[in-house]
Amino acid sequence: MAFNIYDFSTTTKAVDEWLKATLSPTWAFVTELVIVGLVFLIVYAIVGLYLVYAERKVCAFIQNRVGPNRVGKWGLFQTIADLIKLLMKELVTIKRADKLLFNVAPFIVIIASFMAIAAIPFAKGLHAVDFNIGVFYMMAVSSIGVVGILIAGWSSNSKYSLIGAMRSGAQVVSYELSVGLALLSVVIFSGSMQLSTIIESQANGWWIFKGHLPAIVAFVIFLIASTAEINRGPFDLAEAESELTAGFHTEYSGIKFAFFFLSEFMNMFIVASLAATVFLGGWMPLHIGNLEAFNRVMDFIPPIFWYLGKTVFLIYVIMWFKWTFPRLRIDQLLTLEWKYLLPINLVNILLIAFLVLMGWYFK
Amino acid sequence: MPMNSVVKYFSDIFKAIKSLWKGLMVTGYYFVHPRQIVTQQYPENRKNLQMFDRFKGEVILVHDENNQHKCNGCGICQLNCPNGSIEIITDSVPNEDGKSERIIDKHIYHLSMCTFCGLCVKSCPSNALAFGQEFEHAVFDRQKLTKVLNKPGSKIKKEPKEPKAPKPAETEVKSNPAN
Repeated sequence: MAFNIYDFSTTTKAVDEWLKATLSPTWAFVTELVIVGLVFLIVYAIVGLYLVYAERKVCAFIQNRVGPNRVGKWGLFQTIADLIKLLMKELVTIKRADKLLFNVAPFIVIIASFMAIAAIPFAKGLHAVDFNIGVFYMMAVSSIGVVGILIAGWSSNSKYSLIGAMRSGAQVVSYELSVGLALLSVVIFSGSMQLSTIIESQANGWWIFKGHLPAIVAFVIFLIASTAEINRGPFDLAEAESELTAGFHTEYSGIKFAFFFLSEFMNMFIVASLAATVFLGGWMPLHIGNLEAFNRVMDFIPPIFWYLGKTVFLIYVIMWFKWTFPRLRIDQLLTLEWKYLLPINLVNILLIAFLVLMGWYFK
Repeated sequence: MPMNSVVKYFSDIFKAIKSLWKGLMVTGYYFVHPRQIVTQQYPENRKNLQMFDRFKGEVILVHDENNQHKCNGCGICQLNCPNGSIEIITDSVPNEDGKSERIIDKHIYHLSMCTFCGLCVKSCPSNALAFGQEFEHAVFDRQKLTKVLNKPGSKIKKEPKEPKAPKPAETEVKSNPAN
C-alpha cells in the first residue's frame, strides 16, 4: 500500500529531540509529561463540555425543540457557563457519609476515563501510548469506572445512591463481557491487540466491510453493549431520574458532580472512538481494496478529520438511541445481555474464528 | 416445542430490531427536519405573537362596542370559584317599570388567586365571562392584580324580550334535580 499520510510521530519526535537538546534528560521527560498532561486536560474539558452541548441540541431537535440558544451564538457558551456555575457551588458533605470514599469516588471515575483516552489514536502517530495490548488495556481501564460508581453509591449513605450504584454494577459487569467479545472479533480478524496495528490492517477496507456479516453483528453488539456500559439511555437505570432522583451521584454537588457528569460524556466519546478505531478504521481514510485512484482521493482528507467524523457520527448514534428508546427494567436489561447478546456473540466469535481459519473474508 | 422456542427466539430478535428501527426513523426524521420545531422564541416574537383561542390568560368580562356586557350580577361565578378569586358587588336601581332591579356594581377579580380552572366561565348562565389571551401579568405591586372587570360606565346589555324565553327556563328547572 503506497499512500502518503502525514505521520504525527515525526512532529512529536522533533519536539522530543529539541527538548532533550535544550534540557537535561530528566527535565525533558518531566516537560514532556507536563505537555501531554496539559494537552489531554484541555482536550478533555473542551470535548466534554461540547458533548454536553451536543447532547442537549440533539435531544432538543429530536423533541422538536430549539435547545440552548441564549448564551452566545446558538447557545455555544451555555455549557461553559454551566461549568462556571458548578465550580462556584458549595461542596456539600453528607452527614454520616464515608468522607474519604465519598471524596475519592469522583476521582476514580474521572481517572478511569483519563487513562482510557490515553490509548486512543487520534491520527497516525498521534497517541499518548501505543500498547501492544491496546484493546485489552482499554477494556481493563474502562472497567475501573464502575468501581468509582460503586464507591460513590456506597459512601453517600443514601438509598437512592446505593440502589443506583448496585444497578450500575450489575449492568457494567454483565455488559463488559459483550463489549470484550465484540472487540475480540476484530482482534481475531486483525491478529493483533495493538490499536495502531488494527488501524494499519484496515488500510484496504474497514473491518466492518472486510469482515462482512459477522463484523456487522459484532459492531451492533458493541454499540448496544457499550451504550449500556457507559450507563446511557436506554440503559440508564443507574441514574433513572424518575425512580432514583439521580442514582449514584444524587448526593454530589459542585465540581464533584461535574466530574461524574463530564466523565460520563467522556466515556461516550471514548466508546465511540474505540468503535471507530476498531470497526471503522479510526483515522484510516475510506479505502476500497486496490482502487488506487479512489484511495488517493480519499487520502486528501486529513486522517484527524476521518477520525473525528467517524467518532462524531457514532456519538450521534448513541445519543439517537438515548432519545428514542424507553428505559429498560433491570430484569429486561439482564435478559438482553445473558439470553441474547452473549449467546449471539459467542456464536459470532466461533463463526469469525472459522472464517479467519478458512480465509473467507476480504483480505 | 423446542423448535417453536427456537423460532420464537429468532423472531423476537428480528421483531425487536424492526420496532426499534421504526422508532429510530421517527426521531431521526425530526432530527433532520428542524423546520418542524414548535417552540415559540418568546421575547423575540413578542410583536407578532398569536396566542391560541383556548389559551387561558385571564378571566375577562366581555364588553361589546357599545360598552355593554351581559353580566346581571347573579353571583354564580363567585359561588363556583373554588378559591374565592371573584367578588361580586351589586347595586339595585329602579327600572322603567318602577321595580328595583339588580345590576352589577363591581365585578372584582383577584388574578393573584386565580388558578385558571375555568369554572366561572363555564357556570356563567348568561355567558358574560370569557378567557382573554393576555399573559404578561407580572407587576411590582400586588394590588394591581386585583382587577375590576366591568369597565367604567358600562351597562348590561338588555336582551329583547322574546316569546322563546320560557323554554330555556323550563329545561333549567328539569336539570336542577339532577344536580
